[in-house]
Amino acid sequence: MNCIIIDDEQMARAIIVQMIVSQTELNIVQEFANAMQAIKYLNQNPVDLIFLDIHMPDFTGFDFIQTIKNPPKVILVTADKNFAIDAFEYDCVVDYLVKPITKERFQKAIQKASSTQITVSQTPQNKVDAETKLNEFYINIDRRLIKIDFNSVIIVEAKGDYIHIKTDAKNYIVHSTLKKVEDKLPKHIFLKVHRSYIININKIIDIEDNSVLIAKDVVPVSRLNKPELMKRLNLL
Amino acid sequence: MEKPNLSYINELSGDSDDFKQKIIAILKKELPEEIEVYQHQIQTNNYKLAADSVHKLKHKISILGLEKNYYIAQNFEDNLKQNSIDLKTDFELTLKSMQEFVNTL
Repeated sequence: MNCIIIDDEQMARAIIVQMIVSQTELNIVQEFANAMQAIKYLNQNPVDLIFLDIHMPDFTGFDFIQTIKNPPKVILVTADKNFAIDAFEYDCVVDYLVKPITKERFQKAIQKASSTQITVSQTPQNKVDAETKLNEFYINIDRRLIKIDFNSVIIVEAKGDYIHIKTDAKNYIVHSTLKKVEDKLPKHIFLKVHRSYIININKIIDIEDNSVLIAKDVVPVSRLNKPELMKRLNLL
Repeated sequence: MEKPNLSYINELSGDSDDFKQKIIAILKKELPEEIEVYQHQIQTNNYKLAADSVHKLKHKISILGLEKNYYIAQNFEDNLKQNSIDLKTDFELTLKSMQEFVNTL
């Protein structure tokens, strides 16, 4: 398998190289200190496996995955355990290594990468969750439970440890994760169009390239999520 | 207080002295650079960027076997994201001890 390493830290790259050379038969074709260089390289040179740091300046590992077409298998490498849940939302991610990487854990990741087939993500369109039968959800702000009608929600945006919920009448900031909110929202109205945004598809005004105009806001649409968005439109 | 050590680097290097020397050379180069960037960000009250620097330094803290200090760094990183500098003194003591150790290598 041909592989590349993307990490802004030279030390991290050197450690991965050492592990690959001493423990595997992988062929390291290139190392990159930033994701943009890697994207340019991958446009011309497909590889089988990427060792990818999540926390990089300007362009994170997740931004990278969402940007490249048909990502190969990815082993995420990070100093932060908190991204693990987000990581496995991507079909291409076969394992998640926390720095400092041990030889044993690295070996396991390589075995997983060798035996895993990347599957195409399936969105159960016709699945109606129990939540979708409800018309509202509640958020907790300063110990008050505030009812929010699903149909009034325009955009849900993740900002650090908080979630911004924009509705027709008011905006709210709640301490939560996008995943938790996504699980509460009915899937026939809402769609995650970017790792930081969920939108109410009934509120879309127009779509241009990789962005959506919704109410007065322009929301980015990731390459990964665009096909699903296009599928959901009643296109003439 | 925990003392920095080369256990992880030795374990990783096995018989390869070349690799060990390479890692030490990178440590000697990157650590002071990363500390300088962090200090500038703290002095200019740019706590969000300082949190990124602490995140990066965490890897070197763990490589030098400082398990407890790693958690201090983790909490300090979280504090900086909330615009708080709680644990700054503890974190900077860790940096000092790492830098002193690396200077002896």
